[in-house]
Amino acid sequence: MGLFDRHAGLLEAYRDVRTTGYDPFQIRMERVLSPTEAIINGRKMLLVGTNNYFGLTFDPSCMEAAIEAIRAEGTGTTGSRIANGSYTEHVALEQEIAEFYGKKHCMVFTTGYQANLGLISTLAGEGDQLLIDADSHASIYDACKMTQAEVVRFKHNDPSSLEARLRRLGDRPGNRVVVLEGIYSMLGDSAPLREFIDVCKKYKAYVIVDEAHSLGALGDNGRGLCESTGVIDDCHFIVGTFSKTLGAIGGYCVSDDPDFDILRVTVRSYMFTASLPPSIVASVRQALKVVKAKPELRTQLWSNVATLYEGLAAKGFKLGPEHGPVVGVHLPDRMTAIGFWRAMLDAGIYVNVAVPPATPNGVSLLRCSVCAVHTKEQLEHMIEVMTGIARQLGVLEDRTPRVVGGAR
Amino acid sequence: MVSREALAIGRVKHGVTICHFTRNRCFWHKVTAHPRALESVLRTAHQMIVETDGMTDTLERARVSGQSRGEVIREICRHLAPFQTGERPITGDTVIAKDLTIDSLAIMDMVMELEDHFDISIPMNVVAEIHTVDQLADTIQKLCARR
Repeated sequence: MGLFDRHAGLLEAYRDVRTTGYDPFQIRMERVLSPTEAIINGRKMLLVGTNNYFGLTFDPSCMEAAIEAIRAEGTGTTGSRIANGSYTEHVALEQEIAEFYGKKHCMVFTTGYQANLGLISTLAGEGDQLLIDADSHASIYDACKMTQAEVVRFKHNDPSSLEARLRRLGDRPGNRVVVLEGIYSMLGDSAPLREFIDVCKKYKAYVIVDEAHSLGALGDNGRGLCESTGVIDDCHFIVGTFSKTLGAIGGYCVSDDPDFDILRVTVRSYMFTASLPPSIVASVRQALKVVKAKPELRTQLWSNVATLYEGLAAKGFKLGPEHGPVVGVHLPDRMTAIGFWRAMLDAGIYVNVAVPPATPNGVSLLRCSVCAVHTKEQLEHMIEVMTGIARQLGVLEDRTPRVVGGAR
Repeated sequence: MVSREALAIGRVKHGVTICHFTRNRCFWHKVTAHPRALESVLRTAHQMIVETDGMTDTLERARVSGQSRGEVIREICRHLAPFQTGERPITGDTVIAKDLTIDSLAIMDMVMELEDHFDISIPMNVVAEIHTVDQLADTIQKLCARR
């Protein structure tokens, strides 16, 4: 058996995808013009698939901070925090995020993926039980492969399903660690966090909440679902990313646990990879200030979400269960989703296509992520384009009046 | 005959002779090692005959769980039926990920349904070791017995 033979099935599916002429997984952004526009295939495209929820990638103050940091401290740290030391700015960023959440400790990682991978696999060890939502992000699933703990999945967003699994553990020894996400990345739905917390308290389970897609978007101060549901104090660990709302890259974890800092010498994804470069640390610190100073970005984001979600729903599209910065549009099957995605690209709109096995329940989706700086006109144009394509592809009923009885 | 679940949990005692048929071939084993050592051999057995060498009394024939194998297999097949290919029936030997059109995520979702039906939890690392319908049934019966 050759090295690639085990991927034969996937190769075939991938070939199918590429028969459309474009490869949705290798799109080249020839030039990015703004948070909402880029040149793809020589054409200007509207970007509605880049997780850039506040549009801060081009915020002048964040860009200036990054440029200044490069001039002052160079382009990279060339090593990990434990080997090359922490820059003053790494420590300052950690303090600022801890303060943002009102927690005592914060650890910053080089990516959000590494934050989940390292933390989850380290916090739950041999003899412990890790309980994860069925629709968890790949970083959480990959952490499960690395941990010595026993891993059990519960039904997506279903506190009673979690409770059944905690109950079955009975009085078995071991720590129970539950992993949840604020907003789920495929359908944009948020967890019933308060109900989950009640279950976790009842069974004395530790809670890790990943606010990757909800940082900035939810809560009066943008802390995420833990804030909007009023349970920050009950979340033992809150994880998040700098690569969405904050417009850069990196991950973090905050906690009140007095022994939290031991993680700096136990979490391998923190110890054995280079730390964030000065430019990123600087732009993230500035982006966090912008999030605090401009709550209107959150208002704009949700207003745009309402425009897109309600607009598509009114046309008859089947969408994710609730308003969210991610709007997932259900399509009947993989090839329709890919054809639809390709047609949107031809019409000048970039979204993500998500097909099994990357999606829950084998669904095929167009995944749209809304930005606070999208204009109403851009989104209304998108709704029109999507409606037209849907009618051509037979996804929505063609409501064009037909000529009956021939010409008169 | 002795139930497979008894073997699975190691209740077959030393000195017992076991016969099992695999793909129409007959194998005899005198149980001298820990019965668990035989488990992998016996997983694929369609039928087992146990001669007790006068140790009948020590052999526990009682059903070790509230679930008969028939019930467990029926429930598994009910969930796998939508993924059946062609006319080939689903049997104990069916390799779930290979012989059926089911992807890894759908397997995990099916396991979650089975967990709730039987009120057990099957950890993901255990699921990863399960290949056939028989192995899944073994696991379910074993966990039901521990309940």
